[in-house]
Amino acid sequence: MSDPAPLLEARELTRVFRVGGLRSRKQLHAVDGANFVINPGEIVALVGESGSGKSTIARLLAQVYTPSSGEILFEGTPLSSLRSRRDVLAYRAAVPMVFQDPFSSLNPAYTVVHGIMRGLKLHRPDIGPADREAEARRVLEAVGLTPASQVVGRYPYELSGGQRQRIGFAQALAYHPKVILADEPVSMLDISIRIGLLNVMTSLRDDQGVSLLYITHDIASARYAADRMMVMYAGRIVESGPVEEVLGNPLHPYTQLLVAAVPDPRAELTVTAEMAKGEPPKVIDPGPGCRFADRCPLAREVCRTTTPPLLELKPGIRAACHVAADDLGRGEESTGGAPLGAKLAA
Amino acid sequence: MNESVESPELVEGLGTGFSPEPKDGPLLTVTDLSVEYDTPSGPVTAVDHVDLDVGAGEFVGIVGESGCGKSTLLFAIAQLLTSPARISSGEVIFRGQNMVTMNEAELAPVRWRNMSVVMQSAMNALNPVKKIEAQYADAMKAHGVRSRSEIRERSQAVLELVGIDRAHLNSYPHQLSGGMRQRAMIAMALLFTPELVIMDEPTSALDVVAQRSLMLQIKELQQQLGFAVIFVTHDMSLVSHFSDRLMVMYAGKEMEFGPTRKVFDNPAHPYSQGLLDAFPSIRGERVPLQGIPGSPPSLSAMPVGCRFEPRCPLRFDACATVPPELYDVDGVQARCLLHDPAYRDHAPVEVAK
Repeated sequence: MSDPAPLLEARELTRVFRVGGLRSRKQLHAVDGANFVINPGEIVALVGESGSGKSTIARLLAQVYTPSSGEILFEGTPLSSLRSRRDVLAYRAAVPMVFQDPFSSLNPAYTVVHGIMRGLKLHRPDIGPADREAEARRVLEAVGLTPASQVVGRYPYELSGGQRQRIGFAQALAYHPKVILADEPVSMLDISIRIGLLNVMTSLRDDQGVSLLYITHDIASARYAADRMMVMYAGRIVESGPVEEVLGNPLHPYTQLLVAAVPDPRAELTVTAEMAKGEPPKVIDPGPGCRFADRCPLAREVCRTTTPPLLELKPGIRAACHVAADDLGRGEESTGGAPLGAKLAA
Repeated sequence: MNESVESPELVEGLGTGFSPEPKDGPLLTVTDLSVEYDTPSGPVTAVDHVDLDVGAGEFVGIVGESGCGKSTLLFAIAQLLTSPARISSGEVIFRGQNMVTMNEAELAPVRWRNMSVVMQSAMNALNPVKKIEAQYADAMKAHGVRSRSEIRERSQAVLELVGIDRAHLNSYPHQLSGGMRQRAMIAMALLFTPELVIMDEPTSALDVVAQRSLMLQIKELQQQLGFAVIFVTHDMSLVSHFSDRLMVMYAGKEMEFGPTRKVFDNPAHPYSQGLLDAFPSIRGERVPLQGIPGSPPSLSAMPVGCRFEPRCPLRFDACATVPPELYDVDGVQARCLLHDPAYRDHAPVEVAK
């Protein structure tokens, strides 16, 4: 975490959207004050419910949206200082995106190498026209489409969903990226082929040295593929840390709910219906306070009045929760209660 | 939940045209059902001689990958197939009547009142330009409910049954969250308190928390109202805690069918094992997984022997040529030669008994 220059860094990243009619002043806080880093050679999972702001973060990082406030730094350089087309292109090549739906993200009118070749032409001036085909084959084989010769001349409709999504990763890989932003890359695929794609992601990390931001709502797959994990709720990052620690001993009550909601045929049914029934709030003109407070079984007065900061409560693990902070002796006010685990069990 | 649910008239629903006399035998019996799709190069079989029975109040899960015929089977049961698909053999006996031979006029009163269907994508299944209330009213009017107050009362009741405030009767689908839309769809299916509710991947568009909450709700409603459920999903772990029996389908055939717990604890078919192993767990060791390499066979080029043979880690010579029967393995039906006494010794490795 203390590397001199992380690949990507977000500082107080915020994006609000105006919602409602023409004269409406209402603002939807999609992402609110997010701070995080992505280091070289790691897979960071960003998990949360739909509407929690995961995809907005990906789009901010991909420069589809501009931040309302806050800053994104790439290898120490603020993105807002990128002015020339060359710099912007270089950034886009270094941080490409893979989309959720492999059925609509490939152009059906062209063979699958078309997208890869275009990317090579635009982003890889070091590779001459003669060598592009060979490079296209290399990236196809890197994502497990072997032999590449069987795939190059095909149209998207001739490929299965899993193969198409591999094409998506091959396109991203062709740009010689540093970080791939993968927004729910497997959620449209069958369970039986998801694992194959997750294995592609880990091999991109291990063999190609690429970092990935893996956005998903499936925390079991996040655990399978990722090194670190960030949990988002209603526009805020509520917990982050190494995957095993976060899932093994979740500090934030929302992370605990997420962990309990994962269907596990080998375990007993645990989550209580009451806790699961809530819905994430629409974050329109929010006041202060913890956004999970209304669903939280541990909520106190302070939770509704003061926004909990994301604090490092254990080495490498950050959580934004008054209750957890108190219990670990890091809160501003002490309530001297029982440990968190005991309270949840009660 | 709320108190009104306890009141008897709600639980009974509107008088169903039929008397709910207790029946011997299962509520639904599907025998030898096949569905063919006509293609330019001749008919292909999407559902191949499937047998299935569902008892009153039972929860039956059907799992398998996309393209295995799960949805086609559901549509065939509900008589919703449209050209080029058609039922080429078999019968569907529901409440003692063969649905396959009934015409539209005969089917109309049974649908929705006695058997309702919850479609996969609520966003597409609900009419985006009509309020929830109007959509519920449409369904009830089509089944002869005239009284406005009756329609209103029942609409409010079913919506509250699924935990949505009655104020949302005045909402359009886009004003509801994904989970609420899906619950509104389920409420719609319960307008007449049917005996059988068929659900085609109702939760696949939702995230884990909403998914779990919806599953708990379906189970709760089912126990309260006593309807039977056929639940199709590709996510095997989702039904693990909810279904009584589980059918694993592959390439149009049932590969394994038995009590859910048994199928999970001791999968008798390598395909079931493969589906189970495709899941990363959030507990225990982190182990590398492979999923099931390859994809289901094309309907027009079915393997001669076992349909799973090309992908099966336990295949042996005979698998390529001998189509397996359904064998009874400790109370579970499994379609795998490993359970045939004549071939059992060929197993390359130890398999579940």
